[in-house]
Parts: sequence; C-alpha cells; structure tokens
Amino acid sequence: MKLPPVDYEAPETVSEAVELLAEHEDLASVLAGGQSLIPLLALRLARPAVLIDINGIDELSGVSAADGWLAIGAMTREYVAEESAIVADAVPLLAAALPLIGHEAIRSRGTVGGSLAHADPAAELPAVARALDAELVVSGPSGERVVPAAEWFEGYLTTSREPDELLTEVRFPAAGPGTGVSFQEVARRHGDFAMVGLATSVTLSDGVISDARMAFAGASDVPARATAAEELLAGERPLAELFDEAARRAIADIDPPSDLHGSAEYRKKVAAALVRRGLREAVDNARERQ
Amino acid sequence: MTEVDITLTVNGATRTGSPEPRKTLADFLRDDLGLTGTHLGCEHGVCGACTVIVDGRAVRSCLMLAVQAAGSEVTTIEGLALDGRLGTLQQAMWDSHSFQCGFCTPGMVMQAAAFLTDHPDADEQQIREALSGNICRCTGYQSIIDGVLLAAERTRGR
Repeated sequence: MKLPPVDYEAPETVSEAVELLAEHEDLASVLAGGQSLIPLLALRLARPAVLIDINGIDELSGVSAADGWLAIGAMTREYVAEESAIVADAVPLLAAALPLIGHEAIRSRGTVGGSLAHADPAAELPAVARALDAELVVSGPSGERVVPAAEWFEGYLTTSREPDELLTEVRFPAAGPGTGVSFQEVARRHGDFAMVGLATSVTLSDGVISDARMAFAGASDVPARATAAEELLAGERPLAELFDEAARRAIADIDPPSDLHGSAEYRKKVAAALVRRGLREAVDNARERQ
Repeated sequence: MTEVDITLTVNGATRTGSPEPRKTLADFLRDDLGLTGTHLGCEHGVCGACTVIVDGRAVRSCLMLAVQAAGSEVTTIEGLALDGRLGTLQQAMWDSHSFQCGFCTPGMVMQAAAFLTDHPDADEQQIREALSGNICRCTGYQSIIDGVLLAAERTRGR
C-alpha cells in the first residue's frame, strides 16, 4: 500500500532532532534507514503524525575503535559496517552477524542504530548487542545518557528510549585475544528473519573457558541471554558433553513463540542445536585467535 | 504534508520534482517521471521488483522516500541500455531466456547489475546469494542465474 499522509522534518544536527522530538514526542517516528519503518507505514501498523528523518545528520555516521571499545554512529549503514576492517578486527561477532541481515539491498539503506532502536527480537543486531553487553548512547533535552543493552530492550519493538530521546551511538566492547565468536541462525529462506538465531562469544585462557556469552534472537519478546548455560560453561574445559548440557540449560530458560513457521517445541530443538554449533565454532575460532 | 522540491540525477539526466514526503522513490520514478520500467510488487520491501541503484548501491525504491533521493544519482532499468542497444547484462539475460512474465525483471536485473559491478568475479553461489532478495514466480531462478553468470563471463572476457 501507499504510505499514509505524514508531515516531514529533516534536521541536520542531533540537537535539532532532539528539539523536534521534544516538540512531537509520541506523535513522531524517527526515520533512519527506513527498512523497518517504511513497511510499518505501508501496512498501517505505525501511524506517526510526523517523520523526523535523520539521514541528513552527518555526525551520526562513522566507525571508530579506541580504548577497547568500538563506537558506531547510529546512522551508519549496515553495509558500511559489514565492509569495515575496523569492525571485523574489533568486534568479530558483529562482523559475523551483519551479512545475515535481510538482503544486500536492505543493508544498503538499513542502519546499525535503526535495527537496535526498532528492537525486533528476531533480528541479529539486538542479539549481538545483548550478548556483548553493548552500550547505547541516547541524546535528550537534558543531555546524553548511556544505556546498557540489558536495560535497553523492554519488549517486542519496545526500548527504554524516551519519546524525546534520539539514539546516537552504539558501543561494543572489543574482543581480546583468545575470544572466538559465532553467529548461528536457522531461517526458512536466506535473508528471512531467523526462526531462531544465536550470538555466541567464548574466551579461552589456558584451555579453559574464562568467559562465555550467548544471546538468542527469536526466542522471546526481547533478545535473551542464556545465563544458566553461561554460568555452567565458565571455568570448564570445552568438551562436547559440556556443550550438550549447556544446550539443555539454555533452552530451559526460553519460551519461544509458535507461528506458522514453527512451533515453540520445534524452535527449542533448533535452539539447542544452535547452542552446540555455536559453542563448537566459537571455541575453534578462539583457538585460531590465540 | 507540504510538497518538497527536489533535484536528482536519473539515468544521467538532471530531474526535478515536488513530491509529497510520503511518496516513495518508486512512485516518484513511475508517476512523476514516467519511468514505469521500475515495477512495484509488494510495496513493503519483500519482493525486490522495485530495486534500483542509488549512488552505486542497489536499494528498494519502495523503502526510500523520493525526498530522500534529493541530490542522489539514481539508475533505473531504463538506464542500462547503451544507445538503444541492450547492455551486456541485459543481452546475456536475453540470450539465456532468463525471464518469462517480466514482472520481477527490472528488480532482478538492477540487483544483478549492482552486484556484478562490485563483484565481477562472482561465482554461482555468490550470485544466488546476491539475488536471494528478489522473488520470481515463473522461472525457478535457474535461467536467471545462467544469465548473470553469462554476463560475468562476457565481462571478464573483454
């Protein structure tokens, strides 16, 4: 369908955008890459009175790494991050997830910040942000605040961003030596939202898992950490029996949806397989990076 | 809802218009500029039929507002022919009988054109992945992949 009538603002700075958000609050939608918002408008699932298009705010784009953190401007296109050597070097889990987002033409326009602000629990980047404890920087009328990923995702397509705040930057902790990663997903067709996805990061020290992080996509209404499995893995040697037990613990904690693509029970089976695959691949990758 | 004046380059020519902000680039190309070669299938970013090239990247013109294309260089299916003759990719797809009904054709060709420009040495698997966001309901895709592979071979052979 055609988009419904809507007013349009195109600020050129973050402060202009924040002023507009403060003026319109809930009546405004922020337009970044548009790859989720424009379909919502076309299908009448979102009916904002005004679009605040942030594509003209140059300061929101860019990738930089310093002091053990990777900073990505919220308007950075997904294809730019995907092709960035800085991203691949600092946060390999992000580099593994980016090519799995939608299709090439979607990544031409889609943005890193847009995906995290849209907060689709089946999407790849929210799972990566949750697995790595990324930090989200938002600007509002009273200044900037930094929100940990654990406090960002509140529910289906819902974040803790206030209506007068703009997501400006996302910070991911850089992977150190001995950290291996894997992004696994099972989808009906390449490029579709995954039925279940899993972001895994494992750090090995002297052959023992010193840190394990796993976050599911598509397993609940928010990207979900597999905390019980992570606790089991810490301090242990990476063995197949351990991964089997981790898979059992991980799926005990999730309550995936049932729909025409798969039942909740099937998604749990897929999730268990992804835990085993993810851990195997991440451990292999960690050994290569030591 | 006030109309916005825009200037952009389409297939090498400077074009102007005054679309409403809600008008997608696809509708602007078709309705305001008369370039009906760009097709609209689903109008919400799923089918890929409306794919055009904006500033060197394949994009879905139904998921971009016309006002956002101000200042951009846009190439549509009408821009691929050279002096009235089919371009290399178009000719290769013609020779491979790539398409049947023609609905997905412009999107498929533009996606392939953008991909081959960046990846002239692409193999079959990479081409299949690049075209995975474009839906064809006639062919089963094999003839389309054949056409793109033939175009890549001819381009490399030069």
